[in-house]
Amino acid sequence: MYTFSYQKPSSVADAVATLTGDDDAKVVAGGMTLIPTLKQRLAQPSALVDLGSVPGLTGIRRDGDALVIGAMTTHATVAADATVRSALPALAALAGGIGDPAVRHRGTCGGSVANADPAADYPAAVVGLGGTVITDRREIAGDDFFTGLFETALEPGEIITALRFPIPKRAGYAKFRNPASRYAVVGVMVAETAAGIRVAVTGAGASVFRVAAMEQALGGTFSPAALDGIRIEADDLNTDLHASAEYRAHLVTVMARRAVEAAS
Amino acid sequence: MSKSTGIGASVKRVEDYRFLTGRGRYTDDMTRPGQCHAYIVRSPHAHARILSIDTAATLAAPGVLTVLTGADMVADNIGSLPCGWLIHSRDGTPMKEPKHLPIAADKVRHVGDQVAVVIAETLQQAKDAAELLDIDYEELPAVVSPGSVETAGTAVHDEAPDNVCYDWIWGDKDKTDAAFAQAAHVTTLDLVNTRLVPNAMEPRAAVGEYDPGMDEYTLTTTSQNPQLIRLLLCGFTMGLPEHKVRVVAPDVGGGFGSKIYHYAEEVIVVYAARRLKRPVKWTAERSESFLSDAHGRDHLTHVELAMDPDGLFLGMRVKTTANMGAYLSTFSSCIPTILYATLLSGQYKTPAIHAEVKAVFTNTVPVDAYRGAGRPEACYLIERIVDVAARELGIDRAELRRRNFIPPEMMPYDTPVGLQYDSGNFARNLEDALALIDYDGFPARRAESATRGKRRGIGFASYIEACGIAPSNVAGALGARAGLYDSAEVRFHPTGSVSVMVGVHSHGQGHETTFAQIVSERLGVPMEKIEIVHGDSAKTPFGMGTYGSRSLAVGGMAMMKAIDKVIAKSKKIAAHLLEASAEDIEQDGGVFRVAGTDRSVDIAAIAGAAYVPHNYPLDELEPGLDEQAFYDPKNFTFPNGTQICEVEVDPETGVVKIVRFAAVDDFGRVINPMIVEGQVHGGLVQGIGQALLEHAIYDEDSGQLLTGSFMDYAMPRADDVPDFEVKTNEVLCTTNALGVKGCGEAGTIGGAACVMNAVCDALDIGHMDMPASPERVWRVLRDSRPAMAAE
Repeated sequence: MYTFSYQKPSSVADAVATLTGDDDAKVVAGGMTLIPTLKQRLAQPSALVDLGSVPGLTGIRRDGDALVIGAMTTHATVAADATVRSALPALAALAGGIGDPAVRHRGTCGGSVANADPAADYPAAVVGLGGTVITDRREIAGDDFFTGLFETALEPGEIITALRFPIPKRAGYAKFRNPASRYAVVGVMVAETAAGIRVAVTGAGASVFRVAAMEQALGGTFSPAALDGIRIEADDLNTDLHASAEYRAHLVTVMARRAVEAAS
Repeated sequence: MSKSTGIGASVKRVEDYRFLTGRGRYTDDMTRPGQCHAYIVRSPHAHARILSIDTAATLAAPGVLTVLTGADMVADNIGSLPCGWLIHSRDGTPMKEPKHLPIAADKVRHVGDQVAVVIAETLQQAKDAAELLDIDYEELPAVVSPGSVETAGTAVHDEAPDNVCYDWIWGDKDKTDAAFAQAAHVTTLDLVNTRLVPNAMEPRAAVGEYDPGMDEYTLTTTSQNPQLIRLLLCGFTMGLPEHKVRVVAPDVGGGFGSKIYHYAEEVIVVYAARRLKRPVKWTAERSESFLSDAHGRDHLTHVELAMDPDGLFLGMRVKTTANMGAYLSTFSSCIPTILYATLLSGQYKTPAIHAEVKAVFTNTVPVDAYRGAGRPEACYLIERIVDVAARELGIDRAELRRRNFIPPEMMPYDTPVGLQYDSGNFARNLEDALALIDYDGFPARRAESATRGKRRGIGFASYIEACGIAPSNVAGALGARAGLYDSAEVRFHPTGSVSVMVGVHSHGQGHETTFAQIVSERLGVPMEKIEIVHGDSAKTPFGMGTYGSRSLAVGGMAMMKAIDKVIAKSKKIAAHLLEASAEDIEQDGGVFRVAGTDRSVDIAAIAGAAYVPHNYPLDELEPGLDEQAFYDPKNFTFPNGTQICEVEVDPETGVVKIVRFAAVDDFGRVINPMIVEGQVHGGLVQGIGQALLEHAIYDEDSGQLLTGSFMDYAMPRADDVPDFEVKTNEVLCTTNALGVKGCGEAGTIGGAACVMNAVCDALDIGHMDMPASPERVWRVLRDSRPAMAAE
């Protein structure tokens, strides 16, 4: 690790002020990606702004037809929360399948979304459930949030404070885990929402994406069989040691079917 | 009823209290007064000439004490890291043995090779300063693939222009050719035994200390064999007298072979401590372990099996290319030869076998023994080709094995590859394993899986291994440069407790428990009064350490000999105290009795008399009750067994799930069934890891290790493995008095073969290479079933 200063602000406003004055400062939430990166000397921030002591950033509440989850809420909390498990079991399952127990007890939903790892699970939830990213200054629709590989619509110094998920009629998440890292090789969130069917895929491409053909087919009949014959082009998909683009394309259809089967 | 103590009892591990409460003391836990920190700068290139190293900016950085380079070590006559086994090629020439300097002096030969060492007050300072080093490399083409080294057009070492270390043969070629000439059927197979990274839980670490007043050195290191490290440090790399050097291997968190070897870092910290006159510590980071711990396996093999019309094996030919990596690690040369080709008979009475092994240098991390070491490679090819043969002949795989097993009545059995098996009932292990797994119920289970869209397969591995390499003179004739005995000292203290100093080392095996169980039973001393001392050259007699499942069969036997000496002396003391003749004294545990009488004395009283010799035959006996013994075995021991597993393959994704696993093992006498079961579980998990998950992959052009972290190198986890059903069949070893054979590697010997046989059965194919990872399995299914891919 390179030397950096460590800031522990007591409010979002203080955190934003620190970040705004220093382009090389970085926010740390759970640190599950950032800390290993620092240990390998792959990043050299001037300061770490730790949100761990900022009040009001954790917790889960029901707000009408939506769930609002504080950005610093850990995956383990989301996975075990009774409200999430009854209102949005697909999200509880997604959170409970992230990484390993240590990661789930440190890693946060806001951190995951802000980092926008192409193989992270949460982007599939934000886009697949038609969620909204709430920041210190505005609300960003999930569809507009993820802009590319590790890239988001967040402005410099902007901090995510919560995620809002409208409660769908039903939703299911199916993930094909990387056997080594347990990130998503392919993860598919399928949801029947008030605004229609949404199918969001993480892990397969540079960033989470929706599959219009699948959404259309499931809009007709919400059943695994409705997806038969729908194939994803491999051209723009990721290839790595664990899965070629061709295999990922195949898995998208398989996981989408399984997500529909799991939907509740 | 099962015993609660002594031999055969599942005594809870006495070492676990300190481990489970965080009170273990590992090398990295040691902090010495005045300690400084070494950071090792490693090569980013697979193959490059070092043109220059400019250390000026580094030396000027805050906290830096020194920068060491290969040139410094050469100037100070620091020697090459030695190889402990000399193999001769078929033409009689000795293997190519290029220098392996602790810090590269002319060229770097693999990514991770040591280039320079920065030593500073803190590790952080050393790392910061290391970034200021200016190293000028001339990159050279890299030799990566072991299959094409001779035409690579570049040499890893000038001494081996074709990159061949040795070209070795074993067995009777003429007899094997004759067997093939009369074969009714020949099965052939080409297979890859994948490269693995051992990944012990505790990364390697070393602390070097030098006392200028006494001119004494202490090396604390993560080693499976501290006495051997002292021998190599003194005799080869540092050239020091042994009485001035103490090597300590404290608690060590797993080794699996990777901590046998004498590593560069051990030399570096000792050398640096002398130069700086301060303790120097180095601890590997995990990514550093991937690039500097010796790797395992990495064979390319062609095998042919000749059979008569009934499937009886007539002969086998094996051609293997073994990747040594960039340098010869301490025991690397004997792994694909002496520990591999000698096992090619397996459990079968194949009368003629011939093996050709070519060992090659590549620009990759050195390869050496990894749990099983040569024997899993032998077992994998044998058990794979037996399955392929059964498939080709249409014979049930259990039946083909039965027909070819060496029966118990042929024991002792001389194999055509140089070993004499002393004992074993291979057929019984198979039948018991078939019963455990419910072989007859498999078709129904397969049909049930099919209703869920899954393809179920079953696979066997009937393995044999050779443990406790011995005797020393035979090993020496085969090229060993060290003895293969072990040692123990039993010190019976005046007030009745016992310390046993052993030359073997426990780094997870539980010796502090199992060895104490033997002492407890033999000397009638309760467990809590016994300590097993290991891992410190200043405390223990000279022993060869722990690897190759040798600890009990060799070290345990040395301890038995020392115990026998204690008993013999105790009988004489008892005879004196009981006013009887020593010949009339009977011993039962801690009680010494005049035969046929009720006159007895216990061993605590005997020890008291030995150390306070007032009523004592001083003119006949020395005081004290402290005995030492060395033991050199008469033969290897031969653990054996059959493993059977069932897998379910998801044809949509290619995911293989192990759903049932049964293992029946003959380890000879079992001292602690609980610990043995744990060893079997751990071994099987490593076998499963190779079959389904683990794979060290190098980029063919650049020689970069692509699987250099746990993000890409898939280690088996608890949810990757099933519940294991295990059973032991004790057939006592006839060549040692304890009757023990060893259990540490058994699970790994057969595990990978067993799983791959089940995978191939599920896929209904002859062969696929490891690992049976999802995409590979999916592709096999797609390519063999075009209709399925189009679904």
